[in-house]
Amino acid sequence: MKKKLGKFALIFPFLLWMVLLIVVPLFLIAYYAFTTSDGNVLHFTFDNFKSFIRPNFIKVLIRSLKLSLFATVICLFAGYPVALILSGNAFKKKALLLVLLLAPMWMNFILRTYAWLTILSEKGVLNSLLEAAGFNTRSFLGNEKAVVFGMVYNLLPYMILPIYTSISKIPHSLIEASYDLGSSSYGCFKRVILPLSLPGILSGITLVFVPGVTTFVISDYLGRGKVPLIGNIIEQQFSSGIEWGFGAAISIIVMFVVILCMRIINKFTDEPEVTLL
Amino acid sequence: MKKRLSRLYFYLVLLFLYAPILTLVVLSFNNNKSRAKWGGFSLRWYNELFHNATMMKALWITVSVALIAALISTVIGTVSAIALHKCRPRIRKALLDVTYVPMMNSDIVTGVSLMLLFAFLRIERGFLTLLLSHITFCIPYVILAILPKLYGINMSVYEAALDLGATPFKAYTRILIPEIMPGIISGFLMSITLSIDDFVISFFNTGHGVQNISILVNSSKKVGINPANYALSALMFGAVIIILLIMNFKDSKRSNVQ
Repeated sequence: MKKKLGKFALIFPFLLWMVLLIVVPLFLIAYYAFTTSDGNVLHFTFDNFKSFIRPNFIKVLIRSLKLSLFATVICLFAGYPVALILSGNAFKKKALLLVLLLAPMWMNFILRTYAWLTILSEKGVLNSLLEAAGFNTRSFLGNEKAVVFGMVYNLLPYMILPIYTSISKIPHSLIEASYDLGSSSYGCFKRVILPLSLPGILSGITLVFVPGVTTFVISDYLGRGKVPLIGNIIEQQFSSGIEWGFGAAISIIVMFVVILCMRIINKFTDEPEVTLL
Repeated sequence: MKKRLSRLYFYLVLLFLYAPILTLVVLSFNNNKSRAKWGGFSLRWYNELFHNATMMKALWITVSVALIAALISTVIGTVSAIALHKCRPRIRKALLDVTYVPMMNSDIVTGVSLMLLFAFLRIERGFLTLLLSHITFCIPYVILAILPKLYGINMSVYEAALDLGATPFKAYTRILIPEIMPGIISGFLMSITLSIDDFVISFFNTGHGVQNISILVNSSKKVGINPANYALSALMFGAVIIILLIMNFKDSKRSNVQ
């Protein structure tokens, strides 16, 4: 009896935290999304979801998915070589380089994004350099390219890290064996390294794609508000303070779209694995 | 040749990642308020930063929220990881699935869901709600950092301690905790960095003038850019680099000894 009580005391803070701060808030999103109150009476309603089905909202959702997909593909193709180089023998001080690669991630996200604003804005650093060199100034911000650029910049380390982790977990004997059996370095990459790094690739894709779809800061800063994403629509509902039900409904839609995308991505592997740390 | 190309590519990626940070550091020493022109070296923005009460308060809130949130989430996370480790595998898996919801969910959904909770409970948004929201998203990372260490340890040492007459509490603190200490420390550091880095969840869960650095910089963006922000960025980045280098140096020293 006493033993059981001790076990319960251990798990109690966990359960309290889990129920109160994870489960209940999720139910509250559903509560706000599915109800409407007139006066003191609560009604069940689908209106919040119905009002999302408008061409302009659907367009924003599709744009969010599209831009985040672009950013994810770019991160994958730019980041995979970095992970491969880092796990290879091109460098001696790997630990130090890994730290250097991840250090920008430790700096505040807003400050990092703000920094690009300083460089790329109309009167920013890049334009003044161009002007000094005798070129015309141009506007870099306020378009889809700028938003994708911002996503790639902010999320690239999240692609590199899990891929690096899964590549460095590959036993060296496997790679040697493939060379001994006569494969070229390309063959070894294609048949050994790439398949074994698939879990890292998948968790990298997740770590880049989800924040990309739902960001509202990058589109606000680098898109100059001209390229609203679905995150901006949610944020507006809560900042203006009146359309909470609608905001909650979009949150649910986004959650389901993201889960659906992750399901599709994870179909490509037998055992989904989160290699985050 | 191939090696050289690899190195070149790696350095180019590093340059890409550091370009904005270096720009901010350079601008923080610029005597001119304009971003476009170099007006000579000066420390005036650092001076302005230290005399700016709003910014110093935001810095203080960021640091205190990060430390308190990391401390509390490390304690809860450690206890939870030990409790989960003792659970039957099926129950553990079910509980872990819920635990990882804040990690898998996007920040905006986590932020909104907590905001609705505080609104529903009629808790005024401010320091407390900011702290609670940070604790919430840090705990899963602490559990994730500690659980693998628990799987890895040999429980017979713990059982031996019990057989030799140690109370369960003593066996925990003397045997179990030291074994999983690396996990606890990395969970703690992870929490600090996540807390300092966060904007989205803070954005939805603070109010009444309680501003951390992210919130302050975001709101000052509309008013116009204050170069003291550059000084702040440069200082924060300097702190990060120093901490990381110390950690790296310690690690390499330890592995040299081994």
